[in-house]
Amino acid sequence: MDATISAAVSILFHGTAYAMILYIVSVGLSVTMGLMGFANLAHGVFAMAGGYVTVTLMNDYGVPFAASLLIACLVVGLASIVIERTLYARLYTASELEQVLFTIGLIFMAIAAAKFVWGPFAQRFAMPEALQGQIELGTRSFPAYRAFLIVVSIAIILGLWLGIERTNLGARIRAAVDNRRMAQSLGINTGRLFTLTFALGSALAALGGGLGAEILAINPSYAIEHLVYFLIVVSVGGLGSIRGPFFAALLLGIGDTACKYLVPEIGAFFIYAATMALLLWRPAGLFGRA
Amino acid sequence: MIPPGKSSLKRPPAVEALIKRHRLRPIELLPWAIAVAAYFLFPGYLALGAQIFIMVLFALSLDLILGYAGIITLGHAAFFGVGAYTAGILAVQGWHEPISGLIAAGVAAAVVGLVSGLVILRTHGLTLLMLTLAIVFMLHEAANKAGFITGGADGLQGIAIDPIFGAFRFDMFGRTAYWYALVVLFLGWAFVRLLVHSPFGRSLTGIRENVVRMHAIGTPVRRRLVTAYTISAGLAGVAGGLLAQTTEFVALNVISFELSGAVLIMLIFGGVGRLYGAFIGAPVYMIAEDELAKADPVYWLFWIGLILILLVMFARGGILGLIDQAMHLVRWRRK
Amino acid sequence: MTAVLETRGLNKSFGALQVAQNINFRLEAGARHALIGPNGAGKTTLVNLITGRLRPTGGKIFLSGEDITDLPPEARVKRGLGRTFQINQLFKGLSVLENVALAVAERDGVGGNMFGAARARRAVAEEAYALLERLRIADDALKPVRELPYGRQRLVEIAIALGLNPKVLLLDEPAAGVPSTESAIILEMIAGLPPDIAVLIIEHDMDLVFRFARRITVLVQGAVLVEGTPGEIAADTRVREVYLGERSHV
Ligand SMILES: Nc1ncnc2c1ncn2[C@@H]1O[C@H](COP(=O)(O)OP(=O)(O)OP(=O)(O)O)[C@@H](O)[C@H]1O
Ligand SMILES: [Mg+2]
Repeated sequence: MDATISAAVSILFHGTAYAMILYIVSVGLSVTMGLMGFANLAHGVFAMAGGYVTVTLMNDYGVPFAASLLIACLVVGLASIVIERTLYARLYTASELEQVLFTIGLIFMAIAAAKFVWGPFAQRFAMPEALQGQIELGTRSFPAYRAFLIVVSIAIILGLWLGIERTNLGARIRAAVDNRRMAQSLGINTGRLFTLTFALGSALAALGGGLGAEILAINPSYAIEHLVYFLIVVSVGGLGSIRGPFFAALLLGIGDTACKYLVPEIGAFFIYAATMALLLWRPAGLFGRA
Repeated sequence: MIPPGKSSLKRPPAVEALIKRHRLRPIELLPWAIAVAAYFLFPGYLALGAQIFIMVLFALSLDLILGYAGIITLGHAAFFGVGAYTAGILAVQGWHEPISGLIAAGVAAAVVGLVSGLVILRTHGLTLLMLTLAIVFMLHEAANKAGFITGGADGLQGIAIDPIFGAFRFDMFGRTAYWYALVVLFLGWAFVRLLVHSPFGRSLTGIRENVVRMHAIGTPVRRRLVTAYTISAGLAGVAGGLLAQTTEFVALNVISFELSGAVLIMLIFGGVGRLYGAFIGAPVYMIAEDELAKADPVYWLFWIGLILILLVMFARGGILGLIDQAMHLVRWRRK
Repeated sequence: MTAVLETRGLNKSFGALQVAQNINFRLEAGARHALIGPNGAGKTTLVNLITGRLRPTGGKIFLSGEDITDLPPEARVKRGLGRTFQINQLFKGLSVLENVALAVAERDGVGGNMFGAARARRAVAEEAYALLERLRIADDALKPVRELPYGRQRLVEIAIALGLNPKVLLLDEPAAGVPSTESAIILEMIAGLPPDIAVLIIEHDMDLVFRFARRITVLVQGAVLVEGTPGEIAADTRVREVYLGERSHV
């Protein structure tokens, strides 16, 4: 009995930590999809870039974890502005096929570049000492890193949601997602809004990549390896939704962890089947508008 | 009744052009002439030749749904793989006759296409894309886990194929394989060509161009798409079956995202929605890969990525599109 | 008279915005009916509800007495419901002739044919061409629609709907934004429609409305304000209020 409970607690705990990373990485994709209708398969590239910057700063330059994350966010956010202005912006009106091909091209180049600079293997993530080991909560103990991850992520997510609700930028993003033409006619500069949103989404992805480097190992194929999961999170959550993907990520993270733990033979299989069943029932996702 | 010959005299040229559009033009025979000539010119490359034909057929099947119907998929290798495993497993289990094995491969893949199409074609956009990926990953997992029958990660070995019609033995130089693949490709091409020029094929183009309008003229859109998806899956399965029979081996990577991406890229390089994009893209890609990728896979990936981006930015019609533009320019200069 | 098309208590809301409120609307056989109302009144939405592009949140729709509320759009077209769109919905990359031929083929039930039937194809092409001649765009038959100016694209939009041989034809601002040459062709075409088909036209140009319509329905904020003959509508004070009130803002 106690074994069952502790297995359940452990699944919930690990699944939640995993879900947080999935959400922080994917939420930007949901917004760019809803706002600009851009099929951006290369979103994971920004997470990977964030991960590489973080681990390189920590391993090679001894920069503390938090500072590395912050720098990664900034670097990737700024780089994404350049990429958005020079490349993405030219394809907002292009067909979905062209957007897909373009972003696949971007993924391939990123894989090649990462292999060239960092080699083909996953990066070692030198966890700060404070996050190693376990922490005691009541009668149980939990890995400190994952506990830290959950707490920090929740803080970030609350910050993000509050920002979207309360700030001027957030209001404009919500208005534009709801009705782009209306937003334009209200005088919102959608071009600049797109850029800002894209950069914000990319910076969040970078943060997720760095934070979760222990869970989703940083390696050249990162953007492809986890692509399906990012896409599941946004399509089950509902394209354009900000909170939807959070619940989708929780379902996916906990479900995936449970399956891998309980029925390892068919683990991934179940997730895909469940996703399909869910989308059959609600093609626009849990929180999407039909 | 007016005899057809007489009435055609009075018919407006535009009508004439529409109903005669599918007449064969001489240039369409060029690929076949090249294929036959290549047999004699490059006897050392027959195995590669057969593989190219297989990929052309695979890319052609993709063109039907992507180029004509506008369904973007990153999971088309699922059907190629189902075909390959069907043909391979049949042969390993004692059914060595090639033609029936190939038909079985096509039918099996078509059934998988039908079932998955019924499920995923209710969605569109990024969600549809994700589901095509999910299906290829699922089937990959299934093939991997069912090692007792598929050979799992080691690949399926011990495939033995009888001579075709009991007469043409598969030889070590790949001569039989070359002709076998070429003939099947020819049949596949003839079929797809007929299809895309038929009212059914035109309605697929209509769906790609404007699905709202297609609904508004009374087209059962989803049924058309599922039908096209099923046919395309069947053709991809035949291509996969060919690969299994001619190489007498099936590796797990026949059902993979990588192969799905590769065939998509081949088609894009050649030109999408043009029937002949596959005939240009697949050979160019495969010959380039044969030459370059073995030397340095990292650079290969980098260049493929860069070319994709450049194509999207500057040459949306692929190689065939570029040729078209060049011809226009020449004609325009002459004037 | 029997109604070929009827809605009963039709409702539709987008979130908090109610764009159709308890709409009871009848279109008689052979009707020449106009639907008018200020911008955003819900006219296009009503057409979308009738044709099945949108699902109502309540109410029923009948075509020739048959409940079609739960039928998909294509099934309604098969039962004789044709429409044009306020904003062109064309196959821009295809030729003008083929745009119309696709519609004719679907109507003839040969749109899904995979093989053979050259005769059917010829019949389809010839009928489509005849339609182009009627709308005087046959000269552009082989041009991709994309290359046509907007006014002529509008004619293609109408030709497609006519290619369906509908029993009920819903025209959503067919002449809006069209230069006078083409709008004259459109008016002439509307005037020459077979008397047995029921026509509903949405239009802002009041001259046109009063010339064409034998009945007029006025829609305001998703609800029917009044319905009547042109004379009744012209004399109705509420209608004047809506329109004059509107005009003074614009
Ligand atoms: N898909 C939608 N989601 C949300 N609101 C919508 C949608 N479609 C229409 N609306 C709103 O419904 C209202 C009615 O729109 P509709 O297009 O039916 O008006 P209309 O009478 O045709 O106007 P117009 O004369 O400008 O064509 C408008 O306020 C519009 O903004
Ligand atoms: Mg309208």
